[in-house]
Amino acid sequence: MIDSDVITCDLTVIGAGMAGMAAAVFAADTGLSIVQIGGDSEIGFASGLFDLLGIYPVNDRRQWNDPWAGIESLIRDHSQHPYARLKTEDIQTAFQILLSFLGDGGLPYSRHLNRNVTIMTPMGTLKTTYCVPQTMWSGVEALDKKPSCLFLDIKGLKGFSARLLAARLHDNWPKLRTARISFPGTGAWGEVHPEHLANALIIKQNRKKLAKKILPHVKDARIVGLPAVLGLYQAQKVVAHLTELIGVPVFEIPTMPPSIPGLRLKEVFERGLREKRPHYFTKKRVLEISQRSGDMFEVNIGNQTKGRTILSKGVILATGRFIGGGLHADRRRIRETILDLPVHQPGSRNKWHREDFLDPRGHLVNQAGLEIDDAFRPLDKNGRPAFSSLFAAGSILAHQDWKRTKSGVGIAVATAFGAVKSFVHLCR
Amino acid sequence: MQVLNTQVLIIGGGATGTGIARDLALRGIQCILVEQDDINAGASGANHGLLHSGARYVSSDPDSAKECREEAVLLKRLAANCIEDIGGLFVAVEGDDENYVADFSHLCARCNIPVLPLGVNEARELEPTLSEKLIAAYLVEDASIDPFKLSMENISQAQDLGCQLLCYNKVIGFDKQHKRIRTTRLQNKLTGEKFIIEAEQVINATGAWAAKVAGLAGITIHILYSQGSLLITHSRLTERIVNRLRPSSNADILVPGGTVSILGTTSIRIDDPDDVYPTVEEVDSIVNEAAAMIPALETIRYIRAFAGVRPLVSSQSSGDDRSVSRGFALLDHSEEGLENFITISGGKLTTYRLMAEKTSDLISIRLGVSAPCLTRTEPLPESPSVQWSEPALAPKLWLKHHEPEDILLCECEMVPKSTVDAIMDSIRKQHGQPTLQAIGLRSRIGKGPCQGTFCGPRTTTYMYDKGELPLDRCLPGLREFLRKRWKGQHPILWDRQLIQAEILEAMHCGLFGLELGA
Repeated sequence: MIDSDVITCDLTVIGAGMAGMAAAVFAADTGLSIVQIGGDSEIGFASGLFDLLGIYPVNDRRQWNDPWAGIESLIRDHSQHPYARLKTEDIQTAFQILLSFLGDGGLPYSRHLNRNVTIMTPMGTLKTTYCVPQTMWSGVEALDKKPSCLFLDIKGLKGFSARLLAARLHDNWPKLRTARISFPGTGAWGEVHPEHLANALIIKQNRKKLAKKILPHVKDARIVGLPAVLGLYQAQKVVAHLTELIGVPVFEIPTMPPSIPGLRLKEVFERGLREKRPHYFTKKRVLEISQRSGDMFEVNIGNQTKGRTILSKGVILATGRFIGGGLHADRRRIRETILDLPVHQPGSRNKWHREDFLDPRGHLVNQAGLEIDDAFRPLDKNGRPAFSSLFAAGSILAHQDWKRTKSGVGIAVATAFGAVKSFVHLCR
Repeated sequence: MQVLNTQVLIIGGGATGTGIARDLALRGIQCILVEQDDINAGASGANHGLLHSGARYVSSDPDSAKECREEAVLLKRLAANCIEDIGGLFVAVEGDDENYVADFSHLCARCNIPVLPLGVNEARELEPTLSEKLIAAYLVEDASIDPFKLSMENISQAQDLGCQLLCYNKVIGFDKQHKRIRTTRLQNKLTGEKFIIEAEQVINATGAWAAKVAGLAGITIHILYSQGSLLITHSRLTERIVNRLRPSSNADILVPGGTVSILGTTSIRIDDPDDVYPTVEEVDSIVNEAAAMIPALETIRYIRAFAGVRPLVSSQSSGDDRSVSRGFALLDHSEEGLENFITISGGKLTTYRLMAEKTSDLISIRLGVSAPCLTRTEPLPESPSVQWSEPALAPKLWLKHHEPEDILLCECEMVPKSTVDAIMDSIRKQHGQPTLQAIGLRSRIGKGPCQGTFCGPRTTTYMYDKGELPLDRCLPGLREFLRKRWKGQHPILWDRQLIQAEILEAMHCGLFGLELGA
């Protein structure tokens, strides 16, 4: 083996979704040397909203104003839920570290420390979430105070109707108006794509042209909402500039995925981690993992044939569920894809999903995943840690339904923190 | 309350009902067709889309076999625009009943059904996906038929001739007087509005719902409900239709159409035609069985499953439901004391025209109309407004030429705004209300791999912006659409379709919170 093909580090993070990225941030923050492996993750599909805990129990559709109280209630009932393995302070610390990382990278988020917020979705429903991009915060406040407001949509941008949104909110918000504008320079185009718009707005001149289109519609509006395409990066600068040009605050409204706020997260993670984590393999996948004597893991990565070997004291598995590829299902069962770890799952496929898509109890397949001990180590079939220093984080974990409890980012970030903390405690 | 008058009221908008509407209209008889859901919402829209050569029934039901043969020849000539004459194969594999194989060509000859024996290698050259364990193969004159287009073209011509179509209107009762149905009471399912229809003759062409509707008139019909489930593959596996050469059993038929194939069926006795959905067990049984014929069916991606109900008008209550005659039942209810009420049920898609003819003959006699049946000789005219269900048509036209503004609402199946506009327009012309569900039925929206995840909300916002969809139908309509799609998805959710389902739920529940109501 040629030496340059072997990389030695403290921790290998497998996965580049929210949990993998958060794990890399926490590990780097602790001063660990890390290698990260993960291809195109689903992070681009993220809405950009950070849920912590919105709804519990799902069957009662109970919404929580205080997410921490919600989490307490949830772990009282479900001792196997990933949140039950964490202290509240740890989850709070995890959010603090992550949010300051994102803020430093030019993607500040806003929240109330101990209170959920409500935000409008592109279908005009109201969503309970915890933490939103700063560019959306004025919208959260406006939804509460209901000032004279203008919603704009953009000609050719499909799946976003300001009229539908406003009509759904109008009963409680009479001073809401809408207008449709054509994005500067796209007059001859039929369809406009969010990425094109977001890219165009990085250029100052385009923001001025856009403001010119907006101005005639502002009238008595005290605040203006636009779909979340205001800059592919440095969005709060774009929003601040538009605010200055228009004379009233501008905010972003979430769009259908794949969304620009999701792409911004990806960009900030990649840029912010570049120096702290020089080895990041996006085009390679894990071929094999084994634990050598002395507890060192050997992780072989490559495409068809072996390319590199990573030697590390610990491994964090943050490979996600079915979208991310951490789990795979055939007609008979669900498997974990890298180590074939035991997967907690319903007995047979006819129990995976309910007959009603919107069944308030949620689908049992969503509770499937890896079972772990208190140190976030996946268990083998005898209920003992499969490896002394293999950890798992994020949506691959069993006994949670992030989509229904509105807790996707919360679980990803908190368990990533828990996994890194356990690694430090056990292996350093 | 609104009162409508007509000579004949047809209840049921499937192949039979729309076929009767056209037949009567061509005889100059005035009619109204009412349908509780939408065109082909029942078994007419939930089958293989197979125009039988007749060969399938040569052993179990030679009369049906002959009927199929005659009707198929007729339809290939008269309804060519709904039919792809791709031909079919009957194949047996190791372990199949060799006596059945040996009798096959002889039985076909007895029913005048042309078959051509093929060598095993010859068959595998024609269809390379066939199993290596093939022991016999015959070429037959099967064809694929688009049942939706067929019904839509029937009703379109009927409408052109004055027939009125009322979808989403459910019969809720009859008022009888002097051995006759005097009025039929209906309710609009979208608006809740009630109205009545006065007709000289009433035809119950409601397929699996025939007993329910007749029951409203105090008439008892014994119907058995046999659920048949089918699967749609993500890609097309064969050029021709492939039938298993054995007595009818599960997963015997694969019908390719456009870029997909339809595989089925099963036969499960159910109690209520409203309670029909494909199950995980049925899907597994179909895949396991069919893989013996075409091994790739074990690993191919499935897009969805669907189920229909075969109404079996019979007193027989034991045995395989498929062994009950597929011949149709035309029930004259004069004997039970209702002189202007008849029920037509059972039968097959292939013989829908014949069923319509026989029903219309009886009606004509009762009305004293001597005009002959014309559907035996007149071609079914193509109607430009009903073409959008055809796979690959919208993309073909869109790619050839489109206005820059005409953007795609559905990217999987490439359905642009203009198609949705055209459909909304034709629904309005039929006095219907455009809903997402109705657009989905008439186009490829929601039928691609994403199963409505993206095109559902996009089309909803588009329709709302156009002023075609009232606010209170937006989210309820989206929910209803996704729920209906889900019925066909949940039994096939493994591998890539499970990933798709995860995206669906992440977006519609995780982000939109559609499960939370309001």
